[in-house]
Amino acid sequence: MCACAGDSEATNEKPSTPALSLENRRSFLGALLGVGSTFVGALLSVPLLRFALFPLLRRTTELKGSALGALSEFSALTEPVMRTIQIEQVDGWRKAISEKAVYITKDQQGRLRVLTSVCPHLGCTVPWNKEKNQFICPCHGATFTPDGSRTSGPSQRSMDTLETSVQDGQLVVRFQYFRQLVSDKEVIG
Amino acid sequence: MLATQNKESNAPASPGRGVRAWLNRRTGLDTLLQTALYEPIPGGARLAYVFGSALLFIFISQVITGVFLALYYVPSADHAHTTVAYITKAVTAGSFLRSLHAYGSSAMVIVLLLHLSQTYIYGAYKGRRELLWLSGCLLFALILGMAFTGYLLPWDQRSYFATAVGTNAASEIPLIGESLKRLMRGGTEMGTLTISRFFVAHVFLIPAGIFALIASHIFLFRKAGAAGPFSENPFEPTQKPELFYPRQVVMDLSLTALLIVGLGLLCFFVPMQLGPPANPADTQYVPRPEWYYLPIFQWLKYWHGAASVVGILVIPTILALAVIALPFLDRSIERRPWKRPVAMGAYAFVLFALVGLGLRSQYLDKHDPGIALQLAKQKTEEDEYMRKPFEPEFSASSLAAANVALADPLAAKGKAIFEAQSCNACHGDGGVGTAAAPALVGVTTKFSTEHLVELLTHPTTKMTAGGMPPVQLLPDEMTALIAYVKSFK
Repeated sequence: MCACAGDSEATNEKPSTPALSLENRRSFLGALLGVGSTFVGALLSVPLLRFALFPLLRRTTELKGSALGALSEFSALTEPVMRTIQIEQVDGWRKAISEKAVYITKDQQGRLRVLTSVCPHLGCTVPWNKEKNQFICPCHGATFTPDGSRTSGPSQRSMDTLETSVQDGQLVVRFQYFRQLVSDKEVIG
Repeated sequence: MLATQNKESNAPASPGRGVRAWLNRRTGLDTLLQTALYEPIPGGARLAYVFGSALLFIFISQVITGVFLALYYVPSADHAHTTVAYITKAVTAGSFLRSLHAYGSSAMVIVLLLHLSQTYIYGAYKGRRELLWLSGCLLFALILGMAFTGYLLPWDQRSYFATAVGTNAASEIPLIGESLKRLMRGGTEMGTLTISRFFVAHVFLIPAGIFALIASHIFLFRKAGAAGPFSENPFEPTQKPELFYPRQVVMDLSLTALLIVGLGLLCFFVPMQLGPPANPADTQYVPRPEWYYLPIFQWLKYWHGAASVVGILVIPTILALAVIALPFLDRSIERRPWKRPVAMGAYAFVLFALVGLGLRSQYLDKHDPGIALQLAKQKTEEDEYMRKPFEPEFSASSLAAANVALADPLAAKGKAIFEAQSCNACHGDGGVGTAAAPALVGVTTKFSTEHLVELLTHPTTKMTAGGMPPVQLLPDEMTALIAYVKSFK
């Protein structure tokens, strides 16, 4: 790499290029201009970078909580009740609405619990069977108790509970999807 | 670093050490830089010569901001306005960058006029500079084309109606006018195809032309050499030259810095507005073009009926040809403005005419109570729209799936069955299909109702293998389900 002799090239002294001292002043000025331009350029690139990185720094896909109804509505619950919620998925500048069924039920201690109707086996919508007092998935026959615990069938886990909160006396649920065909509940979106 | 040992042996012409020297040996970068910087300017550096560089700078700024805006912009009548609203109201620094781009176009027109005026007043088009002038004229036209095509892209009321008027004006040209208008619009009316056309012109075609013409403009400029002051001979400069670097560079960069600061402050404190989305059905809207098109706008008002050919075609064509042909017509080497009364008179006349027409247009708007009221109303609507937070656009397909129930009670019942039977688990909400099962959209046109019922109650082996269970329903439930499936779009 260093057989430089062949590469060497006389620095093209143009006839009009002025004397050395002036040349030094010029390279100082050149450096100053270079530094100044770099600084201004860097300054200008700040909004550009913030603009381009916006989707990475800000959550642009998000699910909002959906209200299911007043808490008092569900206090005398004897069996799971179904509610259809509209979930709004914001994707950049657009949003998609989809409807999902959820069940409001009670756990063994009598506390309210919200189950997703998506079967943990292969994702079919699980209906409540009043006569048999259990959830029976129509696709592959997985069955669950009224509180969503697995009793039989191909599902590897109980029905998935959703995060809930109470806002102004309203029961609010945050819908999520979970990985199917695994024994542990795992959020996928 | 190995070069150090060669330091002594390479005595005569030091090849230099380090990355820069190596890069220079491989590319000749220094020679290029020297050619760029050590360009002689007869008579020395002057503030009057700064506009070309400033123009180049704004153009680069327009390219960069334009590319970044395209990160979010979608050129379609459905989404253009939403995406621009998203840029303006939601994305960090979006309003600033959009303003930089929008105000940049105005800045470009201003600096372009200054550059043109300087060239004209200094007689810098003389002395074998015909092609240099010609490429400048073409650049001028292309930049006005950029302003015209870019203006429509936000698809708000203002841009929609201004472009409707602009494209309509083209139809006044005899013979080809109507076809020209339709070509620009992509049809008889303005619509999503118009956006596509304007977008392609704005980001592909015209910029390609501008890049090529800037290259030739600079090449031709260097070939002819800087013209120098108006006391200079345009063919053989006699005055003592000064190199472009450093003084002229400093002056050019100073104006550029001034422009950056000015534009930056303007964009930060008075960001560009976005109006409500275009509503073609609005018959009240009073369209007004951007300020640099006002003189033409006003001019066109004076020409109607048979005489319109003169105003719309003949006079502008003569004017454009006169400008283009200037270096061919004006062959004298005299450059001092006071010795060129005809040229200066023509310049002053055109300038006053343009300014006068622009002011006249403003004056008429202010003094017509109806129009002034409507313009004020439009301004208020814009302000109101700007205050609203960004509202994401509903995905049409998901909305259709969610709302179909409202339209037809039978389909609504079918929807409940579709969900209770978990059809949506595999076929997706609204039958859009998933990885597990095909879409059901259009299935009712493919199969008769009887055939569908048969398939549902007795699925084929292929369907069963894919996980489709037989559907057991009462006849009226089946009818409802099919009615719902029919509604899929």
